[in-house]
Amino acid sequence: MSLAYETIATLRRRLLSKEIHPRDILKDLFTQIDAREKTLHAYTYLHRESALAAAEKADLSLPLGGIPIALKDNLNTLGDPCTCASKILEGYKAPYDATAVSLLRQAGSILLGRTNMDEFAMGSSTENSALGLTRNPWDPTRIPGGSSGGSAAAVAGRIALAALGSDTGGSIRQPAALCGCVGLKPTYGRVSRYGLVAFASSLDQIGPLTRTVEDSALLLSVLAGHDPRDNTTDLRPPEKFLTQKNGSVQGLRVGLPKEYFLPGMDSETESAIRSAADWFKKNGATLVDVSLPHTPTAIAVYYILATAEASANLARFDGVRYGRRATDARDVLDLYHRTRSEGFGAEVKRRIILGTFVLSQGYADAYYRQAQKVRALLRQDFEKAFTQCDLLLTPTSPEPAFPLGERTQDPLKMYLADVFTISTNLAGNGAISLPCGFTKSNLPIGLQLIGPRFGEETILRAAHAFEQSHDFLQRLPPS
Amino acid sequence: MNTPAKWEAVIGLEVHVQLLTQTKMFCGCTNHYGDAPTSHVCPVCLGLPGSLPVPNEEAIRLTLLTGLMLGCTLAPVARFDRKNYFYPDMPKNYQISQYDDPLCAGGQVPLDPFLFPKEIQDTAEAKAGRAIRLTRIHLEEDVAKSFHFEDRSGIDFNRAGTPLMEIVSEADLRTPGEAFSFLGSLRQVLLAGHVSHADMEKGQMRCDVNVSVRPIGQKEFGTKVELKNLNSTSGVRRALTYEIARQIAACEKGEAIAHETRRWDDEAGATFTMRTKEKAHDYRYFPDPDLLPVRTDQGLLEAARTRLPELPTVLQSRLIQSFGVTAYQASVLGADRILCAYFEKAAAQAKSKATVANWILNDFLSTQPDPTTTPILPEFFGELADLVADGTINSAQAKKVFAELMANPASPREIVKRLGLAQISDASALGTYCDEAIVANPRSVEDYRAGKTNAINALKGFVMKKSQGKANPLQVDEILKAKLSA
Repeated sequence: MSLAYETIATLRRRLLSKEIHPRDILKDLFTQIDAREKTLHAYTYLHRESALAAAEKADLSLPLGGIPIALKDNLNTLGDPCTCASKILEGYKAPYDATAVSLLRQAGSILLGRTNMDEFAMGSSTENSALGLTRNPWDPTRIPGGSSGGSAAAVAGRIALAALGSDTGGSIRQPAALCGCVGLKPTYGRVSRYGLVAFASSLDQIGPLTRTVEDSALLLSVLAGHDPRDNTTDLRPPEKFLTQKNGSVQGLRVGLPKEYFLPGMDSETESAIRSAADWFKKNGATLVDVSLPHTPTAIAVYYILATAEASANLARFDGVRYGRRATDARDVLDLYHRTRSEGFGAEVKRRIILGTFVLSQGYADAYYRQAQKVRALLRQDFEKAFTQCDLLLTPTSPEPAFPLGERTQDPLKMYLADVFTISTNLAGNGAISLPCGFTKSNLPIGLQLIGPRFGEETILRAAHAFEQSHDFLQRLPPS
Repeated sequence: MNTPAKWEAVIGLEVHVQLLTQTKMFCGCTNHYGDAPTSHVCPVCLGLPGSLPVPNEEAIRLTLLTGLMLGCTLAPVARFDRKNYFYPDMPKNYQISQYDDPLCAGGQVPLDPFLFPKEIQDTAEAKAGRAIRLTRIHLEEDVAKSFHFEDRSGIDFNRAGTPLMEIVSEADLRTPGEAFSFLGSLRQVLLAGHVSHADMEKGQMRCDVNVSVRPIGQKEFGTKVELKNLNSTSGVRRALTYEIARQIAACEKGEAIAHETRRWDDEAGATFTMRTKEKAHDYRYFPDPDLLPVRTDQGLLEAARTRLPELPTVLQSRLIQSFGVTAYQASVLGADRILCAYFEKAAAQAKSKATVANWILNDFLSTQPDPTTTPILPEFFGELADLVADGTINSAQAKKVFAELMANPASPREIVKRLGLAQISDASALGTYCDEAIVANPRSVEDYRAGKTNAINALKGFVMKKSQGKANPLQVDEILKAKLSA
């Protein structure tokens, strides 16, 4: 079997036993990429030569020695483009490594390529990319989810073993769910954001997209920890995750938030989630009904706060210092107008305008400041729920992957794709999405497990136990 | 200032101060001026995508120290905010500043009467002893520096992201002289705390001025005009003098004052409209999500407290009380901590400390202005003053000793010996001189006895001449009086 189908954990064992060489993994991945990338278009950039060179020098004694990893195209790596799938960063090459990238390098991994995304991570389908559509490996007429759609499609399509993504409102978990892989959004402050091009600074987190929970834990162990370059990272000492895998959920209190099970939701999704809950009960966990009463406000709060922060974060793209610069500008104001009008796509403009509005004099009290207050209430919802349970179990996405183009004209409908993931970003908690079933038309369904803040170990153990007693991993997308 | 009595000006200042830190406000780049353009930069201060700010704790400590020195209320928790506006010298197109929760609030700057312009130091305005209230002090990052060439502009990013402390006064100032003294007095405090070199002409301290006029007695403020491009303390004074006169003249003609920003042109000696402020700029401030709130009570405040220096006002009172110097001398000494330390050393053991102050401030400063490099030990001044006080030499001789001290530094006692200057205080020797004087000047003796006491000066002069200036003048005076009334 092609090594492209293996997990990182397995490949590491085979590398250490000298059964295979890192170049063998790359060779198989590139064969697979040559066959499938044309359809999927998961990548914006591939490091063919540098990856092969790195494979020859790989230090197998390191935790990720010899393992190729793909990066979402909003993570800076020294000397490489960092497009954020936007025309405005045309020609830009990063002069530094993101902390997450240097941690991967220090752990011995090989940078394989950069993955497609919604422009500046704004979107839920990867259709907002200026660099082309990415397709869902299970059905190429459908979206892969977003914004880390390229990362999810690459991992699920077996053209990457694992990839990093970023999650501001569900951008790791939702594409992971729609592509049938494992996506982890760590607790805010767990992983350094230094070098991740900011969308909404108080919500963004970098996390892994992998085939298995074990691989997810492996990557999180490398990425987690305080970074003196990121003031918002937590000071707790580094941790290694999922070092013990007893596969048990005995005694675990699993909360089912009633606001996440609504009448009229996709029936196949609902029944897959209900059977997942049943599995937990059968295996010794207790199911608890809980409430997160402010859930209905989450989307509104999110689209105020995230856009407010984005309006400032994206102000720096002005054509003065780097990236695209409009030609024939009359003066500096005209340069700003033209560069930004030409460089940004419609969704990014929509969010910048919305964010500028909610911060404006006379409106900030009603929108921005009010939303901050509601955000505090949302956070309290979670704190209260976690006094009653150890984990929350919910669907990741209200429905499986939808057809390409279906929602591009209806932003509000698109925003609803993140209805189950957004609250965790606002509260700062960590959460994972992992496969829990398939629809009749063979589309993956994702299960979300949300933990208390810094409760990744609990999340990963439960997710691993669930994964081990199911065989979703055996199911492959059509090639 | 010849403001007609029926008008008064209302002035508020916003002072930006560059802090003496090794590194920039939110990154590790060197905080230094005058190097090759854009040579101290990194992804953070260039605002590259993905970079994040981390606050410079030393800048926070210096701001807290300034707050302590100026009697501000210090915030237990302060926050950084983003101030949004587009400008090419601002890499992120937002400036990290402080809005709702600055590090310091309140406080005041006492105006030093001797830091008013020289020619008005004797006026009631200078002597009023006012203290100007502060609104707040906050910390922010500076922007880059633009240079405009014939057909293009360039930006030097070395200044981008360097720490900048903004001190905002209440609209308490009333005259250009007060504004002048405010800046000088504030500078003395900043120098005392080693917070900044605070030299306006080097851009280390920058000042925006808000000024309006109103009829005396009126409570409401007039329309405020903001003045920019003020590059020296005297420039601030001149600009205010011009602008106040302009506004009063306009008001007297019944014209409305436009709410605008005006640029001071130092060469033209006038202010000119830069931009009108019909629409207030909306900076859309919001807390910077990249930065945690600053807890000042976790060590930062304590660290600042241990660095509290002796404040200028406290130092000045101590100099007056312990050394008997004049208020003016105290102000001059207080304004130069190095000179002050030199003086304190010089005067420590001296019998007449005020004499030491005179020597140092009048004679020494005019010849050897740098106390750090002079070969003249401070103790020499104490010795010189003592030689005069104990009558070894008279003040005319002291001048000679001083000149020699400057030319060939040595202990004043040595110099007195070397020059053979020791004063004659031997009563019998002086008695002989006095007898000779009485014999040689019968006319003066007659005059003196007739009641013209001034006539004694001629006799004294004779004695001094005879003794080659070495006679102790006080003793000579006593002896002559005794002999004449005998």
